[in-house]
Amino acid sequence: MATKLKDQTAAASEREAVTVRFAGDSGDGMQLTGGQFTQSTALAGSDLATFPDFPAEIRAPQGTTFGVSAFQINFGSEAIETAGDAPDILIAMNPAALKTNLSALKPGGLIIADTGEFGPRNLKKAGYEENPLETDELKDYQLVAFDISAQTLESVKEFGLGNKEALRSKNMWTLGLVLWMFDRDRQPIRDWLHSKFAKNLDIALANEAALNAGHAYGETAEIAQGLGRYHVGAAEVEPGLYRTVTGGEALSLGLVAGASLVDLPLFFGSYPITPASPLLHTLSRLKEFGVTTFQAEDEIAAICASIGASYAGQLGVTSSSGPGIALKGEAMGLAVMTELPLVIVNSQRGGPSTGLPTKTEQSDLYQALYGRNGDAPMPVIAARSPVDAFDCAIEACRIAVEYMTPVMLLTDGYIGNAAEPWRVPAIESYERRPATHYAGEAVSPYKRDEKLARVWIKPGTPGLMHRIGGIEKNADTGNIDYAPANHQKMTDIRQAKINGVADTIPDQGFELGGPDDDLVVVGWGSTYGPIHQAVKRARRGGAKVAQVHIRHLWPMPKNLGPLLKDFDRILVPEMNTGQLKTVLRDQFLVDAKPLNKVSGQPFKIAEIGNAIEEALS
Amino acid sequence: MNDMTPTKLKAADFATDQEVRWCPGCGDYAILKGVQRTMAEMGATPENTVFISGIGCSSRFPYYMETYGFHTIHGRAPAIATGVKLANPDLDVWIVTGDGDGLSIGGNHMMHLLRRNLDCQVLLFNNEIYGLTKGQYSPTSRVGTRSPSTPYGSVDAPAEPCAFALGSGARFLARCIDTAQKQMPDILKRAHAHKGASFVELYQNCIVYNDDVFGAFTDKKESAHTQIWLQHGEPMLFANGEKGIALDTETLALKVVDVKDGDWQAAGVRVHDERNKVMAGLLIAMRVPDFPVALGVIYENPAPSFEQDVRTQNVEASKGKVVDLEALIKKGQTWEVNQKKLREV
Ligand code: SF4
Repeated sequence: MATKLKDQTAAASEREAVTVRFAGDSGDGMQLTGGQFTQSTALAGSDLATFPDFPAEIRAPQGTTFGVSAFQINFGSEAIETAGDAPDILIAMNPAALKTNLSALKPGGLIIADTGEFGPRNLKKAGYEENPLETDELKDYQLVAFDISAQTLESVKEFGLGNKEALRSKNMWTLGLVLWMFDRDRQPIRDWLHSKFAKNLDIALANEAALNAGHAYGETAEIAQGLGRYHVGAAEVEPGLYRTVTGGEALSLGLVAGASLVDLPLFFGSYPITPASPLLHTLSRLKEFGVTTFQAEDEIAAICASIGASYAGQLGVTSSSGPGIALKGEAMGLAVMTELPLVIVNSQRGGPSTGLPTKTEQSDLYQALYGRNGDAPMPVIAARSPVDAFDCAIEACRIAVEYMTPVMLLTDGYIGNAAEPWRVPAIESYERRPATHYAGEAVSPYKRDEKLARVWIKPGTPGLMHRIGGIEKNADTGNIDYAPANHQKMTDIRQAKINGVADTIPDQGFELGGPDDDLVVVGWGSTYGPIHQAVKRARRGGAKVAQVHIRHLWPMPKNLGPLLKDFDRILVPEMNTGQLKTVLRDQFLVDAKPLNKVSGQPFKIAEIGNAIEEALS
Repeated sequence: MNDMTPTKLKAADFATDQEVRWCPGCGDYAILKGVQRTMAEMGATPENTVFISGIGCSSRFPYYMETYGFHTIHGRAPAIATGVKLANPDLDVWIVTGDGDGLSIGGNHMMHLLRRNLDCQVLLFNNEIYGLTKGQYSPTSRVGTRSPSTPYGSVDAPAEPCAFALGSGARFLARCIDTAQKQMPDILKRAHAHKGASFVELYQNCIVYNDDVFGAFTDKKESAHTQIWLQHGEPMLFANGEKGIALDTETLALKVVDVKDGDWQAAGVRVHDERNKVMAGLLIAMRVPDFPVALGVIYENPAPSFEQDVRTQNVEASKGKVVDLEALIKKGQTWEVNQKKLREV
């Protein structure tokens, strides 16, 4: 938790955690600035969590409120699991950025504003009658306003760039200033600039000059402008090798690792959709790992091609977001029916329909569990954080192959874009379970092992020619069979097979607390961070509250029912209108109470904290 | 790979033990026979052959072929086939589809399969009707088709399968008739030999819901006048050599000309050139009674196939790169934390 930002001595003040929000026009490079600041924070050893908050429009008109792009980072010397409830520092590159982000700022928080952008035109576009930097509108905050634009132009003068191009370095100037505030090493950023602009030395040098100038400005302007310096220590963490990773990166790497652990080439069929596309981008650069990527003509073709690849013996993976997952529904049923391995990744976003493409939500749980025609059971697992996406991807690949089934892996826009430090695991620490393609004596394609998984016979295998398809098949011969008893039998087998997945998943444990507590807060997916922090704080305050976070949403861990039944009070915070709550009630007849938020923004710790307090009162 | 078969298989060896369930007299039987015969004549290897279909009467086809088979979902066979072929380019992939499956619900996939030029054979059984769902008009039904869903006759213009395929970038186009057993194996062998997507339209009679809809040109008695079987490098003659196809250079339209004493040159009859895409477009559009219907291989112009290009690029892009998963996940800026209690103040 950040202490108050009141002390502004020249000496760096010590903090446990600070939240900084960079906000500017979508053309101002705020995501890049935030990303580099994240890298620098990680190198300084602090724990961190980030929250990139993009506008829906690709390039909204300059200066407008709907074109504001923001990047929030929370970092500290204690464990950080959320991007922070309210920023301590807001960097507002223009009036629109100030307007849209001010309400989030902590009372007494620091605003750094670029006066160069607060001209009449931009003020009007943001809907300001008067310049808020000059009225007393910001009197409850600390304001440090100066002409960053002019400072930037001055710093890159020697490179003879045009005005527009020169102003592009504004973000680096600002970053230099912020690096100074947090006493950070500039060298990694310089290195990055030179590798990014390797082909354009002038641009690299100009950006470096801006970065240095921003930093120098901090030194010299310190007393006069009232800018403080802060020191956030390194977090107490497990020893090991660390890097920062976004959920999108962790998921891609996890899929590559997951395919490698089952010893199969990875086939990734996808169609561009926000916020799932980064997976396709990342995987398409990893061909040397036996990855084939296929950008299909639509969502249906993407999953069908993946099913085709699995049929031919590879590990098919497809990925999308809610609307695309809806289109894939029928093909998922085909994968269920033909019992082929497949991983379906859903990077959830706000819905229904097109909904809020760039905002986060976890409202596709029903869709994942139930969104297919017929009785079509399918394992569903959900990642709780960017780092967790790596393990979840490996787990999804394992289940798909071991049980010959499609598996749905849920993540969301927040996890996909957010970054956190990752203690890089040793690949040997994961169990290798090589897949086998059957090539023995003639058998029925529905011959099953003890887990009820059918044999995987790939075309090209002599003597084992057979036909599969979406029509019901005879349980013994694999030929078409509509007989009532056979359909009953096949439906039961499909169900039993998926229920059996519960035999190979870990028991549900407590994240915090235990069975003796009075209240259990149950979550899934990306609400992990705020729930964990809220429960931790409540416990510090003496509350008897426990936390349970579910990774395996279908089938659920075998002990989950008994575990929950021990509690009289169950609180389920979700970024939907209560989907897990309903599933828990249905599965275990427990009195689960919902806490719902569907604003497109992650939960704040305080929101969950208040609900805990209320539930216990 | 196919020529490595030790003992030559017969057509019957490509039949499964499953009872064929099409309506008696359905054109599908003849096509099945023709395909099985072709397989035997080509010396196809059953284990390397995969039949992939969507949904519809024709899509039951894979169950009757003693090869690998995948009966998928409505319209999606081209997409499934794309994954199969990308995963294993050595497989010989045949797609069986119909006018509804391939041009209505699956029209999008068909277009992209053809433009990508996936190496496979597409057999589109065109019967101008939805058979399996009991007789509704289809995207190839002619205007005025009366059906349960169009009791007053259909009003929308039909799609022309070969024109669609050509427009989508198909590089092999052929047409055949279900009952044309003499020509069918040769046409299918040509389709098979073509590297890339081969599109074959098969006029198939649905005896139950659309009987004799192609009668105007399939009737054997009149066929000399209503059909023209194209041969690359041969003059486009029909009606026992008494008529031919010529080009009106003024209007850039085809015309039927009379050939006197076999002197087709004098009559201006053109020689069929499979590489000529413009001519292919004109030939496809020929309709009875003004013209004979163009059958056989209408167009062929090979180009590298999709799965091959993807494979090549995967290999090229991997060259010189170390496959080290451990190194991959450690990529980027990393830092080491040495002891647990680390707190630099
Ligand atoms: S409905 Fe028509 S196309 Fe279908 S099997 Fe019967 S005759 Fe053949």
